[in-house]
Amino acid sequence: MRGLRRWGPGLLLVSPSIVLIGVFVYGLIGWNARVSLSNWRQQEHTTGWAGFATYRELRDDPRFAIDVHHIIGFTVTFILATLILGAFLAFLLEKGVRGEGFFRSIYLFPMAISFIAAGIVWRWLMNPAPGDRASGLNVVFDKLHLSFLGGQWWQDPNHGMSAMAIPAIWALSGYVMALYLAGFRGVPEELREAARMDGASEYRVYRHVVFPYLRPVTLAALIIMGHISIKVFDLIVAIGGKQIISEVPAVYMWVLIYDSHDYAKGAAIATLLLIAISVLVIPYLIYTVRQERQAA
Amino acid sequence: MSTTTAVEPVATPVEWVPRHRKRGRGKWLKYLALLFFAVLILTPVYILLVTSFKPLAETDASHAWSLPSSWTLDGWRQAWDGLSSSLGNSFKLVIPATIFSCILGSLNGFVLSKWRFPGANVVFTFMLFGLFIPYQAVMIPMIQLFDDASLPTGIPRLVLAHVIYGIPITTLIFRNYYATIPDELMEAARVDRAGMLRSYWSIVLPLSAPAFVVAAIWQFTSIWNDFLFAVFIITDPSKWPVTVALNNTTGSLVTPYNVQMAGALLASLPTLAVYIILGRYFIRGMMAGSLKG
Repeated sequence: MRGLRRWGPGLLLVSPSIVLIGVFVYGLIGWNARVSLSNWRQQEHTTGWAGFATYRELRDDPRFAIDVHHIIGFTVTFILATLILGAFLAFLLEKGVRGEGFFRSIYLFPMAISFIAAGIVWRWLMNPAPGDRASGLNVVFDKLHLSFLGGQWWQDPNHGMSAMAIPAIWALSGYVMALYLAGFRGVPEELREAARMDGASEYRVYRHVVFPYLRPVTLAALIIMGHISIKVFDLIVAIGGKQIISEVPAVYMWVLIYDSHDYAKGAAIATLLLIAISVLVIPYLIYTVRQERQAA
Repeated sequence: MSTTTAVEPVATPVEWVPRHRKRGRGKWLKYLALLFFAVLILTPVYILLVTSFKPLAETDASHAWSLPSSWTLDGWRQAWDGLSSSLGNSFKLVIPATIFSCILGSLNGFVLSKWRFPGANVVFTFMLFGLFIPYQAVMIPMIQLFDDASLPTGIPRLVLAHVIYGIPITTLIFRNYYATIPDELMEAARVDRAGMLRSYWSIVLPLSAPAFVVAAIWQFTSIWNDFLFAVFIITDPSKWPVTVALNNTTGSLVTPYNVQMAGALLASLPTLAVYIILGRYFIRGMMAGSLKG
């Protein structure tokens, strides 16, 4: 009873949030799964069960297959580029350079801008028009005799989604840099000194002392960038609109609901997105909380 | 960016102070590389700025990269005419949503770090999952729920959605910040038989300013930049926040480039101002997880 008096008020204070999260996160996820198993297609709202019919339909839907293909291409380019660039920028900054604050601010500022606003300028920069009508980066590459770098950008039928990832890389490399910079600075200086005393070259200090320390940062960056990538929506809408050539599952879901009122199918895509992200995030969350408990 | 969240597992606090400066050979190469990336990242800003000040006649491809030959505010004026009411909507959305989010986050963070109940960690973990979910997975039933509950349409619904889905991140920010407050302070309050609310009000809250700044910046930026919730929840175009209005005007390709670019800048000014003025805290918001003590 004394215990309850001690912690009861705390629980009471948090309970509105617990209820809200319970209903709006977990409850609605369940409800959404329920919609995906119903036959709520078109306008009229029916609640009959359709089982996994909608999922089977998605499996055989060539448009959805294209979307999945697109999001994989986007994700691979996006994750590789942000991790490599972010780690490299942090590496350049980690020992302290004059004007570090200035460079950091520049690398990070794209985070403050919405994908919608960024999409406007990137759509212009990645304009695929050839010849006289060329604009954006293609003009620059032409002048520099590097035309092979330009081209169809996101409208390229084979590698379009890699180009589509460029604005996202622009937006988030600075964030990964910040993560790595904190990681670099978390390596105890004594460890580096000790290695140097033992006669290790600077290369070996990085290889054997610093880089192993950065593994948790890499994991965190991978998870964070991965979950952003799987659900990417704004950027694709801002640059490609509803065109199939750049469509991803999140955009397809939007089109299904707004244009076709196909709620069951939209809900099925949303559930699949959730599963994809959960596979990535849940083990990581458990790992993180466990680490924290061990540290405490 | 609307969807960025961070749970940083490393227990190292962000330490921005460099230990020693590098001397010698690689230095110039390093600066060259740093400058190269800075120019690369600023290129879109250059395009946005110069194009937004160009007259309509100069927005064609042949003048693409050059400075305007005659500077004009026409693009900005037209963008303002098109976006001013949606900018107003964005402020009406962002301000209350940010305030409610911060209050909830502060209370939750306080309890989950300083007035813990059995199972507090489990509750926290379940909240954290809400950080990562794709909001698509709640969108259809949420709209249905709002309709069923006949909530007032328009901006109030959007405020509610942002406050609810902001709980995980603001709770995380405050919880990690409060973890740095020494437990002895709380013990002292308990010895004085101060209740929970007294302890919060007179000990914790006065120390909370930095966490409020971080959480407010975070929520302000992500709600301002949100497109997904707005496009699903707001059906009446006169209630659109600026992201949706901007996408709608530029999506139709008839809008000239100078107006598009001016509009993009206009829609970004509030968050850019926050970034420039409070950049230090902005970074801390992004690194939320590493605030932990």
